[in-house]
Amino acid sequence: DGELCSACPGDTSVLAGLYGPAEAKLSKELPDRAALEVLLRPKVGLPGVLERSREQLLRQTCEAVLLGALHPRTAVSLVLQVLSDAGSLLSCCLNAACMALLDAGLPLAALFCGVTCALQPDGAILLDPTARQEQEARTTLTFAIASSDRRVLMATTKGSCSVEEMQQCLAAAQRAASTIFQFYRDSVRRRYSKS
Amino acid sequence: GSITTADGSALVKLGNTTVICGVKAELAAPAVDSANKGYIVPNVELPSLCAERFRSGPPGEEAQAASQFIADVIENSQMIVKEDLCIANGKLAWVLYCDIICLDYDGNLLDASVFALLAALKNVQLPLVTINEETGLSEVNLKQKNPLIIRKHPVATSFAVFDDTLLIVDPTAEEEDLATGTVTIVTDEEGRLCSVHKPGGSPLTGAKLQDCITRAITRHKEVKKLIDKVIKSITPK
Repeated sequence: DGELCSACPGDTSVLAGLYGPAEAKLSKELPDRAALEVLLRPKVGLPGVLERSREQLLRQTCEAVLLGALHPRTAVSLVLQVLSDAGSLLSCCLNAACMALLDAGLPLAALFCGVTCALQPDGAILLDPTARQEQEARTTLTFAIASSDRRVLMATTKGSCSVEEMQQCLAAAQRAASTIFQFYRDSVRRRYSKS
Repeated sequence: GSITTADGSALVKLGNTTVICGVKAELAAPAVDSANKGYIVPNVELPSLCAERFRSGPPGEEAQAASQFIADVIENSQMIVKEDLCIANGKLAWVLYCDIICLDYDGNLLDASVFALLAALKNVQLPLVTINEETGLSEVNLKQKNPLIIRKHPVATSFAVFDDTLLIVDPTAEEEDLATGTVTIVTDEEGRLCSVHKPGGSPLTGAKLQDCITRAITRHKEVKKLIDKVIKSITPK
């Protein structure tokens, strides 16, 4: 089990709780690997269609890195609670999910991090935008980048953009991913160092 | 259209996957903070008749994620601008309820849903609505109908990914189940990307993603030609 609080620039914060591998209900268990379930709770109100769609994105991203075959017929539950939303919420959830998986000590093929890129009307690329910058931007792209070789695990866009712009944002996100992975390394080192 | 009671409808078959979309237009008051905008409400349903994996009851995750995806495509591509749906600022606007129902599920739901939605919206004829100055009530003129203004024509192309080596376009249900990931690219007629939807799955390099996008742009032209041909053939002369 692992619990972690993730804070992204601009005070967006998401609390992630991971439980597992635990015994799965007969209806949900898979014979060859662990069954991952993600629950995303918004700050206000009941989870709706948007949360369901984000849960699907998070679940399939985590399933891609989790070595579920090592824990067949078990259930892993990831619960994310949004504490505050000041922009870049999805990438904050991705980071929280990855750190929770790390903290719980589950076997992973790679780490991943979430990066949000906002394309300003004048063409400038802004990483990890605040809510205000997201609204003003004409396009927002969110990527989940894997640590092993900076490949794209998850991509989602809001607004339209040209193909070149998307490639530029992807390149920027891949560069920024290095900073986030360094932060993971530092956090884990701090947690397990003898103080 | 295929449904006579709907304002616009279309039935799409992609291989064995069959999806029907019905559009019903109703009148409502616009929201207070956006007084000049109408509403478009898409809803994707996966009833238990389309595949045995779907049970009857509240919509499952796949249906909800598909509904959100369609709503995002409409918003991102700006195929229908909400301001065009406004009749009287602050008083009356159109609400378009787009119900997309899968009749036979054999994979590639998102592509078929987007086509069905586009074809159904192209089919919609809205009656002219005027507000009577003296009484303040709306008057609907059923004899005079106008088609919807569709600004962009987004087309979705889905790929099944197998471990970053193989990409299969328009996967069947069996291919989807065995795949390690899926990518859906939505392009419009100008070659702009309306949506890159890669919900997890095995990682892809930027080059492979670019390959998918190029193929999606090519496919857009073929699909657009087909939709235009069909719409032209059913328009009464």
